Amino acid sequence: MATEKPLEAVLVVVGVLIAGDLVTALLITGSLQFADVGGLVKNGLMRGLVIGLAGVGLSMTYSILNFANFSHGDYITLGAFTGWGVTYLLAGLGEADWTNLILVGAGGGVFGAQLGISITGTTLAVILGLVVAAVATAAAALAVDRAIYKSMRDAGGIPLLITSVGVAFALRYVIALVFGESVRGTTSPDIPSFALPAIDGTVGINAHDLVVLVTGVALMLGVHLLLQRTKLGKAMRAMADNEDLARITGIPTERVVTWTWVLGGGLTGVAGYLLVLWRETLHFRIGWVLLLLVFAAVILGGIGSIYGAIFGGVIIGLTLSLSQIWIPTDFARASAFVIMIVILLVRPQGLFAGRATA
Amino acid sequence: MSGGSDPGSGPDSEASSGGDAQSDPPSDADPASADDPLTRVRESDVSLIVGGFLALYLGYVLVGIVAGLSPRGIFATVTQLTLLIAIYAMLTLSLNLHWGYTGLFNIGIVGFMAVGGYTFLMLTMQVAEPGVRSAGGLGLPFVVGLAGAVVAAAVLGFVVGLPSLRLRADYLAITTIAMAEIVRYFYQSNAFQQVELFGMSLGTGGGSGLVGDSTTPFDRYVYEAGWSEGLVDFLDETFRISGTLGPPIETLFDAIVLLVVVAGFYWLLKRTGGSPFGRVLKAIREDEDVANALGKDTGRFKMKSFMLGCALMGLAGALYVYFQLGNTVNPTVFRPRLTFFVWVALILGGAGSNTGSVLGAALFVGILFRGPLYVKNAVENIVAFPDSPATVAGALGGLLSLDPVPFLAFLFDNMGSLRIILLGVVLIVLMKRRPQGLLGHRKETAAAVPLVPTETTATGGLTPGSEGPEATDGGEPGGGGERP
Repeated sequence: MATEKPLEAVLVVVGVLIAGDLVTALLITGSLQFADVGGLVKNGLMRGLVIGLAGVGLSMTYSILNFANFSHGDYITLGAFTGWGVTYLLAGLGEADWTNLILVGAGGGVFGAQLGISITGTTLAVILGLVVAAVATAAAALAVDRAIYKSMRDAGGIPLLITSVGVAFALRYVIALVFGESVRGTTSPDIPSFALPAIDGTVGINAHDLVVLVTGVALMLGVHLLLQRTKLGKAMRAMADNEDLARITGIPTERVVTWTWVLGGGLTGVAGYLLVLWRETLHFRIGWVLLLLVFAAVILGGIGSIYGAIFGGVIIGLTLSLSQIWIPTDFARASAFVIMIVILLVRPQGLFAGRATA
Repeated sequence: MSGGSDPGSGPDSEASSGGDAQSDPPSDADPASADDPLTRVRESDVSLIVGGFLALYLGYVLVGIVAGLSPRGIFATVTQLTLLIAIYAMLTLSLNLHWGYTGLFNIGIVGFMAVGGYTFLMLTMQVAEPGVRSAGGLGLPFVVGLAGAVVAAAVLGFVVGLPSLRLRADYLAITTIAMAEIVRYFYQSNAFQQVELFGMSLGTGGGSGLVGDSTTPFDRYVYEAGWSEGLVDFLDETFRISGTLGPPIETLFDAIVLLVVVAGFYWLLKRTGGSPFGRVLKAIREDEDVANALGKDTGRFKMKSFMLGCALMGLAGALYVYFQLGNTVNPTVFRPRLTFFVWVALILGGAGSNTGSVLGAALFVGILFRGPLYVKNAVENIVAFPDSPATVAGALGGLLSLDPVPFLAFLFDNMGSLRIILLGVVLIVLMKRRPQGLLGHRKETAAAVPLVPTETTATGGLTPGSEGPEATDGGEPGGGGERP
């Protein structure tokens, strides 16, 4: 094994060295605190769940439609803005002008902190915002597919990829035009939180961390059940494996494509909403900036694999935050990209290869 | 755009698309030349390019005159436009080598530009003693800086290409864009902001970037030379326009120098494309397995093509830093969107055609990139718009009460966003309707010497039917063979 795949052997050695260094620093030299590492792990896990959730959507369209969708990041942004517009509207109805609210405070009309938005304070507004984020993004993804991609099904991966870059530009700047280009804070400053005891301190966890965790895990379980237990899931897996064979077997491939966009778009919208809930800020490049990390997660896990996307997302999230222990924070994202490139070189089929959309 | 029947609209097509987006009549320029025997005009790539540039300039001048902009302002705009077009043309030509000839999907252009630009500045900036606050350079001559930029970008190309050129096209795309981001983070990081080495203060400048010497060789030998100052004085005397013509004339000098470099790029890539080496590249583009089976070491060919293109991108990056950014650089310049702008330019002009690359760059910069802002400037000179509503809500509110003015004012105020939307839409429409661009997929003879007395090397659908089957190609919609 090791002799056949020297690069993989090197990677294993590097992994062991890093783990060894971490253990030494924690237990022997004590230069690292468990609580600090715990905080980083928590942050990485949260970010990773969001990336994984968005990655499931990207992975589904990548495997079923066979193209790398560069507008996926802007679907994340779209979900964030539409969802938060509704949350603002419900939380601030009567307190401020409704147009300002639905535009998420464009032009400095209202601020999230003054509306006191949080999962405990304005539960209904947050939940409905989450639902609207999913619905609006799914609808938009479907509309874009009907208007643009549908007539290009046979164009091949690269023309579709280039087209999706055009979609990304147009969508991002339509969002900028409608919602403005300002960066805004979205949530109330006091979110209920508690301290989880670590060995030598505590790790702070707030209610929104739990929302991300619960929603993320629940949706991933849902996707798993859908793919494994329903006819639609079976059809999707068949299509990801071999589209022609799927069509011959009588699977209505266009309908499967529709559902792929609906599911993928919905999950992506939720990811965008949760990202803002967790980060507490929102601006129109939020998804574009995340896009390469989502790609990294999907490629790491293996394109088409749902578990792979989730696993890849968590690995990328953890890399982003834990890499700070060894290298300057400036290079956190660079380290995630390096991992992606290494995976592409060593194992281009990804870690969960051979199990398309499962 | 009428894809199938290209006849007669070689030079016309870009002029009319120039008219579309800018709603002015530059196409008036062309009927004159279109009266000539069509084939002769269209066969000449130079006349296509010159015609495209002239149509663009004419459009700008007409818009400026109609809007009553000052002649000096129009002149300054056009010189700056030319300078930027030249930079984009270099990038588009290099990308054409990657994508149009070899089929390598490189979306990491900014990475190579950044390495070129930074290397150039770090080599040419004055030496700074340790202890000063900002990083210095090595104080080497201008030309050495350019050579360093070329070498550095080629080396990066080698490092990136070595493992990744064997990957699938979409994986290569993701690898290159990730690499470009890594390069940007590297330059942005404060870790290498300033390093003391060999008694000198070197570094990348971190987030605030680098500022090169204010007095450059061009200052010494061109702008402040006796002859150029004399020329500016003479022109100022002759035309008596308010304000000196000095700065636009300097830009004009820069633009001319850059256009000469573009001509060099064009010649080099044309030679490369027509050489036996270039033929192998095209074979790889069409079907790598076949090229391999014929005994070509496709890996080596791809690597050479990739490194050459990267080196040229590095040179373009250095020239961009020197001429466009005023000998300064900072990492935010090299965001990924610049890469995609170059892609739009290439696809607009037509991948696989060097002439198309230059034309695409001119049309992209002139119409899509700078055009909307210029039109905005011009219109504001004529009409005084009321204050724009702060948000889209105010704009739409006006529209509901049948008053379009606030909406128009809002759109105008946000022309910066609007032009990017336009650019995205143009890219989508191009990919759907005319993926081969204006001049893409032209047949180029595989032989180095002319095979037939009449040329087959010239433009796309040259007079369909007149040449037998081999001359009808490219323009056919849907039949465009496409890429792997």
